[in-house]
Amino acid sequence: MAITEENPGYKWVGTRPIRPDGLEKVTGKARFGADLVLPGMLYGKVVRSPHAHARIVSIDTSAAESMEGVKAVITGADFPDLSANGAHPSDIDVANNAIARDKVLYEGHVVAAVAAITREQAEAAAKAVAVTYEVLPHVLTVDEAMADNAPLLHEAMITKGVDPAPEEPSNIASKILHERGDLDQGFGEADAVVEREFTTKPVHQGYIEPHAAVADANSDGRAHIWCSSQGHFQMRAYTATVLGVSPGTLKVTAAEIGGGFGGKTVIYLEPLAVRLSQRAGRPVKLVMDRDEVFRATGPTSGTRIKVKMGVSKDGKITAAEVWMAYEAGAYAGSPVGAAGMTAIACYDIPNFVVEGYDVVCNKPRVAAYRAPGAPMAAFAVESVLDELARNIEIDPIDIRLANAAVEGTQASYGPKFPRIGFVETLEAIKEHPNYTAELGPNQGRGVAAGFWFNAGMMSSATVHVNENGTATVVTGSPDIGGSRQSMALMAAEELGIPYESIKPVVADTETVGFNDVTGGSRVTLATGAAVVDACRLIVEDLRGRAAKTWDVEVDQVEWVDGQAQHVDGAQPPLSLNDLAAKSGRTGGPISANASLNSRGVGAGFSTQLCDVEVDPETGVTRVVRYLTAQDAGRAISPDYVEGQMQGGVVQGIGWALNEEYIHDTEGVMENPSFLDYRMPVASDLPMIDCAIVEVPNPAHPYGVRGVGEVGIVPPMAAVGNAIHDAVDVRMTELPMSPIKVLEALNENDG
Amino acid sequence: MKYVAPSSVEEAASLLSSSPSAQVFAGATDVVPQIRAGRPAPDVLVDLKKIKELVALNSDGEKWTVGAATPTAYLTEDEAFSHEFPGLSEAAGLIGSDQIQNRSSLGGNLCNASPAADSVPAMVVNEVRAVVAGPNGTRVLDVSEVVTGPGQTALDDDEFIVEFEIDKMPSRSGDAYLRMIPRTEMDIAVVGAGARVTLADDGSIEQAVLALGAVAPTVVRIPDAEQALVGSTADEETLNAVAAAASEACDPIDDKRGTVEYRKQVAGVLAKRAVVIAIERAEQRNGKN
Amino acid sequence: MPRTHITTVINGDETEFLTEDSTSLLNALRDDVGLTGAKEGCGTGDCGACSILVDDRVNCACLMFAPEADGTVIVTVEGLADSGELHPLQQCFLEGAALQCGICTPGFLMAAKALLDKNPDPTETEIRYALAGNLCRCTGYDKIIRAVQEAAREMRGQ
Repeated sequence: MAITEENPGYKWVGTRPIRPDGLEKVTGKARFGADLVLPGMLYGKVVRSPHAHARIVSIDTSAAESMEGVKAVITGADFPDLSANGAHPSDIDVANNAIARDKVLYEGHVVAAVAAITREQAEAAAKAVAVTYEVLPHVLTVDEAMADNAPLLHEAMITKGVDPAPEEPSNIASKILHERGDLDQGFGEADAVVEREFTTKPVHQGYIEPHAAVADANSDGRAHIWCSSQGHFQMRAYTATVLGVSPGTLKVTAAEIGGGFGGKTVIYLEPLAVRLSQRAGRPVKLVMDRDEVFRATGPTSGTRIKVKMGVSKDGKITAAEVWMAYEAGAYAGSPVGAAGMTAIACYDIPNFVVEGYDVVCNKPRVAAYRAPGAPMAAFAVESVLDELARNIEIDPIDIRLANAAVEGTQASYGPKFPRIGFVETLEAIKEHPNYTAELGPNQGRGVAAGFWFNAGMMSSATVHVNENGTATVVTGSPDIGGSRQSMALMAAEELGIPYESIKPVVADTETVGFNDVTGGSRVTLATGAAVVDACRLIVEDLRGRAAKTWDVEVDQVEWVDGQAQHVDGAQPPLSLNDLAAKSGRTGGPISANASLNSRGVGAGFSTQLCDVEVDPETGVTRVVRYLTAQDAGRAISPDYVEGQMQGGVVQGIGWALNEEYIHDTEGVMENPSFLDYRMPVASDLPMIDCAIVEVPNPAHPYGVRGVGEVGIVPPMAAVGNAIHDAVDVRMTELPMSPIKVLEALNENDG
Repeated sequence: MKYVAPSSVEEAASLLSSSPSAQVFAGATDVVPQIRAGRPAPDVLVDLKKIKELVALNSDGEKWTVGAATPTAYLTEDEAFSHEFPGLSEAAGLIGSDQIQNRSSLGGNLCNASPAADSVPAMVVNEVRAVVAGPNGTRVLDVSEVVTGPGQTALDDDEFIVEFEIDKMPSRSGDAYLRMIPRTEMDIAVVGAGARVTLADDGSIEQAVLALGAVAPTVVRIPDAEQALVGSTADEETLNAVAAAASEACDPIDDKRGTVEYRKQVAGVLAKRAVVIAIERAEQRNGKN
Repeated sequence: MPRTHITTVINGDETEFLTEDSTSLLNALRDDVGLTGAKEGCGTGDCGACSILVDDRVNCACLMFAPEADGTVIVTVEGLADSGELHPLQQCFLEGAALQCGICTPGFLMAAKALLDKNPDPTETEIRYALAGNLCRCTGYDKIIRAVQEAAREMRGQ
């Protein structure tokens, strides 16, 4: 169901054809990172710390090295010490996370790696690497890490963003702060005030494909890496940093990727695979087991968040106070910054303080997860807003409409919003039949909204027109959601030739210009813009060639529906086929490049409606109906826009109800498997109804806004608000598991 | 590790005796994850699925015989079996996805001896018997005697279960199994409750057997609940007594799947609900066999 | 340990391979037979990405030991299409945008085929429970369920 603001009469943009890589994916031909086999290839295996925090006393690799089939064994000593040559602190963190040097900072931290002829030999050799540790005390949560006299992960960590800077080190890497107006005055003006404290647990992106890399190193120092990655240029840069080489010595090919959601924008196995391959003189394949994925790759932060908000009786929010502490894992860099910027961005609030802390703790370093930082803050803010709406007896959509950010609103994080579609998403929910669908016993309905900035960043594209009049569109953005289709649709629209004539390709790092990662909901926007720019250059070129053929000025030539037409009709048209066939006579091969650093990003908003049924005797919650309304700006590919919306919602439902990292007191993860890390299965869910709202982004040729991320921001609050509506308990801890819901119900009764 | 697929019970028994770390398997749905998690692999792996008696489902009118390695999918797909023992059939069918169902077996589910095994409470209330083969011939155990603790059975290292025997469901009787899991599938039971009742002519309860899973090291019976039910019509007061007795009978632990308090409370809820379903089924079978 | 010789029929062709007894059927298919369509998502039977048909029944190949394959008839995703003509499920997955990253797709196709071969007219609930053993993280399952419903209709000739 699309709510379109204008009907621009596009021929290809907005249609639902079959995606170009689809055939290979339904026949098993598509090659993901672990599918590649090279002659002479060895299998690698990583040795990991069993301790949450420990000093490495010694590593004895001699037994492993002498085992049958073993061709290489590496440790931290095989990598340059970046802190010795004044490298950037974040590069040092990347390097130390890739393989530990003197300390391990989380259970699962890499200590060594081996490569051998068979998997079994590699596993046996890994077990034979003898590591001696001096176990140190550890901290697992923000509370533990921020406590007085907490054991420190990094002895020199002084909190940034605090003035004057603290004298003593701590586990608090940085503080962020946004303020506006006068908080006390604002609360003074409120007729209802609600104050709540929330906690959330780390959750994993949960991609079904474990990390995989194959590295083939030559003796001249060059290496070719195939990996499952969201950004092979970024991978190349990080891997080169860790290895201490120039990026130009590495060629990275992005394999098909089996899910990323932000978690594959960072490196894990790549430098290990390259170093093993160099030592062994043979290609090495390194693939993570599922439990390694959980133990040692970044989930997103667990958090503690306090929210206090006040509203006047006519529904206007008068003040908001947000305090947040986000777990960064072993190294600084939680998404608390983005959380601070998005927490109240949906609303126009005159008085607020948003304060946040980035806190390290002995868990795997967090990695980006779809709108990083925003979902947890939204859970808190949207739950409090729900309570306030009930207090003053205003409909949950109406209270959001009363405060919604619109064009011209100064966003809580600074800039003025250009044209945005938040209000339209609220209205889409209100007008939908789901909003008034009948609810049965123990059923309830909840509403929540969310915001994400979306990113722009750098992309490059090359378009070649082939002699038969088809076109190849080459970009460097790994396709994690069907973006190849969007590239082809936009190219078809620009060139005026059929979608089926376009072949989109994701090229390796030697074949196309720089591309930032596939993430930040940016590919359709930024890489798409590069594709559009390149196509427009092609069209200019084609007009020029037609002009030359007809011996007229270029301004006599128009490009319409894939043909060069003379403005007066004085010549029969020349199609792309015609021009391509005689390209040799008109100037040579037809191709164009475009590179850009994108401006004109369009912010994304989503409002969602969730119906649940709660079993009041067991606390089990089932989602029985779900509607998501999201502003896509312009849905280039409606099928895949819906796919992003639905996927984000279901990840959010899992986060809301069942997903969490469970650690024992030693800091060892207790549930590193899909059995006990409980992601939604098909039978848990209803159909996810979608309303695509289109308020075009004025700064993009097609009005595109990124759609990949904002969908995961509202669900936890939507579910929590629905649970409250159903059985009158206010959940403030995630996940809202049956045990917690039943506890809350018992307290109500008791 | 060596794989062998014998075609007779005797051959399997002799393979088991051949080495102290020889082990039988049917579906391997527990064996494989356990070996991956670090449990030492057996040196001889004996596949039971090529032995005729081990994959079989038959009734002679007086009793059913179920081969110990029979995939549980065969049980749920068998209309006659599922009609007579809906609780046991559903319990067997809850052991995982369709993929798992084509491999999981009653023998494996029982002998893996997880306290949370789904089929075991249902087998206990149906008074299933296990026919065990070993180097000295066969012996018959009540299913409730097989599991002695988490991961422990009463079987010697060189014994294995060949088949299960289930006497036909008496008239005016019905069974039920319910479990609590956080999702709708793919979870290990946090609480499991099995019930079987037999009704007297006047519709009151003549006999009741209740068993709880996942709330103690092994499956527990609830004698107080059973006594409360016998002679009653399972009115609300009796059912509340059943729930209270069920909660009392638990000896659960706190673990990553559930807490002591939660398990106790929900055990009561499920025991009540399972009894109600068993009674409904018994009433439907009133007078029939 | 000398390797065991396995004879099986895979995707209609008699196929032989050598394997260590402890190797999973999944690894044997991927490494020894060269069929990489079945994927490892977890190795413990919890995600279904390795689903294949063995004697017409859907199984997790990661839970099977390679020697168990001897004498069986196996179908993997590479064998779904008939001489290049896509199976209705494959076509409906494409047309219905029922895949995003595609890593879970082979497993879903095999599990869905097993369902429809047994139950040609399943309800939405039956489809969801039959596919509960297949995890997808990208789609939220909605378009997958619709694609299976559509394929079922086509296969029933409707």
